Amino acid sequence: MAELIPVENLDVVKAIVAEHRNVPGCLMQILQETQNDYGYLPLELQRTIADELGIPLTEVYGVATFYSQFTLKPKGKYKIGVCLGTACYVRGSQPILEKVNNILGTVVGETTADGKWSVDATRCVGACGLAPVMMINDDVFGRLTVKEIPTILEKY
Amino acid sequence: MAYKRSQILICGGTGCTSSGSMNLAKELKKELVKHDIIDEIEVVVTGCFGLCELGPVVIIYPEGTFYSRVEVADIQELVEEHLVKGRPLSRLIYTEKGDGHHPLSINELGFFKKQKRIALKNCGVINPEDIDEYLGFGGYTAIEKVLLTMSPQDVINEIKASGLRGRGGGGFPTGLKWQFAHDATSEDGVKYVVCNADEGDPGAFMDRSVLEGDPHSLIEAMAIAAYAIGSSKGYVYVRAEYPIAVKRLQIAIDQAKDYGLLGNNIFDTDFSFDLEIRLGAGAFVCGEETALMNSIEGKRGEPRPRPPFPANKGLFGKPTVLNNVETYANITAIILNGAQWFASVGTEKSKGTKVFALGGKINNTGLLEIPMGTTLREIVYEIGGGIPNGRAFKAAQTGGPSGGCIPASLLDTKIDYDNLIAIGSMMGSGGLIVMDEDNCMVDVARFFLDFTQDESCGKCPPCRIGTKRMLEILERICEGKGIEGDIERLQELAEGIKASALCGLGQTAPNPVLSTIHYFRDEYEAHIFDKKCPAGVCKHLLDYTINEDTCKGCGICAKKCPVEAISGEKKKPFSIDLAKCIKCGSCIEACPFGSISRA
Ligand SMILES: Cc1cc2nc3c(=O)[nH]c(=O)nc-3n(C[C@H](O)[C@H](O)[C@H](O)COP(=O)(O)O)c2cc1C
Ligand code: SF4
Ligand code: SF4
Ligand code: SF4
Ligand code: FES
Ligand code: FES
Repeated sequence: MAELIPVENLDVVKAIVAEHRNVPGCLMQILQETQNDYGYLPLELQRTIADELGIPLTEVYGVATFYSQFTLKPKGKYKIGVCLGTACYVRGSQPILEKVNNILGTVVGETTADGKWSVDATRCVGACGLAPVMMINDDVFGRLTVKEIPTILEKY
Repeated sequence: MAYKRSQILICGGTGCTSSGSMNLAKELKKELVKHDIIDEIEVVVTGCFGLCELGPVVIIYPEGTFYSRVEVADIQELVEEHLVKGRPLSRLIYTEKGDGHHPLSINELGFFKKQKRIALKNCGVINPEDIDEYLGFGGYTAIEKVLLTMSPQDVINEIKASGLRGRGGGGFPTGLKWQFAHDATSEDGVKYVVCNADEGDPGAFMDRSVLEGDPHSLIEAMAIAAYAIGSSKGYVYVRAEYPIAVKRLQIAIDQAKDYGLLGNNIFDTDFSFDLEIRLGAGAFVCGEETALMNSIEGKRGEPRPRPPFPANKGLFGKPTVLNNVETYANITAIILNGAQWFASVGTEKSKGTKVFALGGKINNTGLLEIPMGTTLREIVYEIGGGIPNGRAFKAAQTGGPSGGCIPASLLDTKIDYDNLIAIGSMMGSGGLIVMDEDNCMVDVARFFLDFTQDESCGKCPPCRIGTKRMLEILERICEGKGIEGDIERLQELAEGIKASALCGLGQTAPNPVLSTIHYFRDEYEAHIFDKKCPAGVCKHLLDYTINEDTCKGCGICAKKCPVEAISGEKKKPFSIDLAKCIKCGSCIEACPFGSISRA
C-alpha cells in the first residue's frame, strides 16, 4: 500500500483540484482522489477543496457525508471488510462479523485506538461463490468458518 | 500468429482471482517454458465462466476439459499429463454428481446445458484486455453495420421489434426509451448516453462480470445507442467496489480509441463518440437513474422528482438515455442477428435471456444466462445442481432488496418480468439467492429492511421514517418481543410507504416483508406467539443447554457468561439457568468440547 500523505501537506489536494476543476461534475472525482492519497477526508481538506473550487464548504461536506465510501475519520492500517451481501449473509457471514468484533473489541465502522484495525460490513464483493467472504485490505478470504477467524487475524 | 495446438483458459473473474487464479497463470507459463511447449499453447486469462464456486477454474481446449479448484501445486502435473502426454488429469476434472464420472467436455455439464448465452457470449471465452480477440469474435461489426447501412430510426425500429426490455430491474422497453430520447430536442444539440453499472443489489454480480469479461461489447453498444439518439458523449457509472472491472473497462476504452473505434469520425462517417468512466462511492440509491445523474454531476445522489423524465431532461439537463450494462450487452447481437432472431427466444412479453447471479444455499454458485420462461425449478435443480448437504429448499429470493421470496410451491413458475411480479417478487437486476430450511424468513426480511433503511437517502419521510418503523417491529419480532398485531402493523406501514415514497427505493422496500408474510406467515406467528424460531436462526429465541454426557466440567463457559447464568462443580457437568440466560451465545463459542447447543 502506498504511503498516505499527511493532512498538513495541502499541495497534493490543490494539485488534484487543479487537474479536474474544468471537468463537469468534478467534485466526486476530487473527493475520491483526495481520499485515495490522504486516506480520509478531514474538514481541513474539505475546506481546501471548497476554497479552491470557489464553492461553499457545506456543498463539499454535503457530498462527502452522503456517500458511504467517503470517511471523515482515518481508517485502520488493516481494513477488514466482512461481506454482508445476501449470498454471504444466508451462508452465515453475520457470525463471522461478530467473531471478528469479539476478538478485536471493535464496532462496525470504527477503528481501534492503536489505529491497527478498522472493521466494516461490506456489500457483495463479487466472490459469492466463496461465501462467506471477508477482506483484509486487498486479501480475500473465502469459504470461511467462525473457527478460522482467530488464525487469520493472527497473521497480521 | 503461429498455429496453437491447444488453448488454456484461466478464469480471471473476481471469484477466481480471489481464490488465486493469477498465480496459476504465472506458474502455468513457467511450466510451459520448462517443457518448451510455450509456442504451441496459448494461455488466455478470461472473465468469469460462471461456475465461480469451483474456482479457480481452468479449461483446456480443444477438448473443453473443465478443471476445478486448481492449485499452484497442481500445475506441474496438469501440464505434464494433459499437455505433454495428452492424458486428461481426471483427479482435477469436475464431477458433477459426485458419481465419479469425469466429463471430458464442458458441454456435458448440466450447469451449461440449459443456458443460452447472448449477453455473456464472450465472457469466459475471450481475453477482455485484448481488443484483437474481441475483433476476432466479430467485435465492432455491429457498429460498422449501423453506421454504414442504417439510419438512427432504423436502429430504434430494430431494437423495438426485438422486444428487448431493460435488464436493470424495471423492464421498460429499450427501443421506446431510445425513441423518446431521439425525439427530444436539445437547444445546443447535446445529448448523453449513460450506462448504469452501479449494480446495487447486495448479492449480485452480473454487470460486473460483463464489464470484466467483455468490456468492448458495452462500448460498442453504447456507441450504437449514441448514434440512434444523436449523442456523441457517454458515461459509464461504475461502483467503486469493482476495481478489476474499472481497470478492464479503461483498458478497453483506451484500445478502442487507439483503433479509431471511439473518438472522431468513426468508420470515416461524421459520427463521433467519446466515453468516460465515473465511479460511484457506495450509495445504493445511486442505482436509481435520476440519483445516478446527480452523482455524475458531482452532487449528492438524491433522486429527482419525475417528470421531467431523463429522456427529455437528464444528465446536465440534456436528453439522456440510461440503460443497464446487461441491456447494452444484448444490443450487438440484436443488430447482427436481427430482431426476429432475438424475439424468437423467451416468452410472449419477455424476449431474450436473463443473466442471474445464483448464490446462497445452492451447489453451483455462479453466473448463468437462461432464456426467459425457464422455470425456477430448472434453475435450482438442473443448472444449480440442487441444495447442498441434503437440506430442503425453502425459498428463492429475486429482485434483491426490492424483490420477494418465492416458496417451493411456486418452483414451476416460468421466469419472466410479469410472472415474477404476479407472485409478489420482481426480476430485479438478476440476484437469485436460494435459501434452505436453515434460513429464517423473518430474519431475511429483517436483513433486507435493515439494508434499505440504511440506504434510504432520507429525502422523503414515508421512506425515511416508515422503513425505520418497520425495521423496529421486525427486530422486536426476532428478539422474541413481538406482540399481537405486529403483522398487521407491518402490512399497514408497507402499504403507506409503497403509495407515497418518491423513488423506487422506498416504493419497493416493503416487498421482502410483504412477500415473506404472504408465503411464510406461520414463521412470523411462531416468532410472535410461540417465541420460537423454527429455522433456529434468531438466537434470542433459542434455548441453550449443556450436554451432560460430554461436558467435562472445565468451567470455561461459566467464566465467559456475562450474566453468571452457568454454574457447576469442577469436573462435573455444568448447567445453564435459563431464567438468567440472555442468549448471547458466548458459551457455545467458548466450550472447547462442543458440549453446548441451542435449539
Ligand atoms: C433504488 C434503486 C436502485 C437501482 N439500482 C440499479 C442498479 O444497480 N443497476 C441498474 O441497472 N438499475 C438500477 N435501478 C433501475 C434504474 O433506475 C433504471 O431503471 C435502469 O438502470 C434503467 O436501465 P434499463 O432500462 O436498461 O433497465 C435502480 C432503481 C432503484 C429505484
Ligand atoms: S423513497 Fe427513500 S431513497 Fe427514494 S427519495 Fe425518498 S427517502 Fe430517498
Ligand atoms: S448464552 Fe450467554 S447468557 Fe446464556 S448461558 Fe451462554 S454465555 Fe450465558
Ligand atoms: S466449557 Fe464445555 S466442557 Fe467446560 S464446563 Fe462448559 S459445557 Fe462443560
Ligand atoms: S454476497 Fe458476499 S461476495 Fe457476494
Ligand atoms: S470468477 Fe471464475 S468462474 Fe466466476
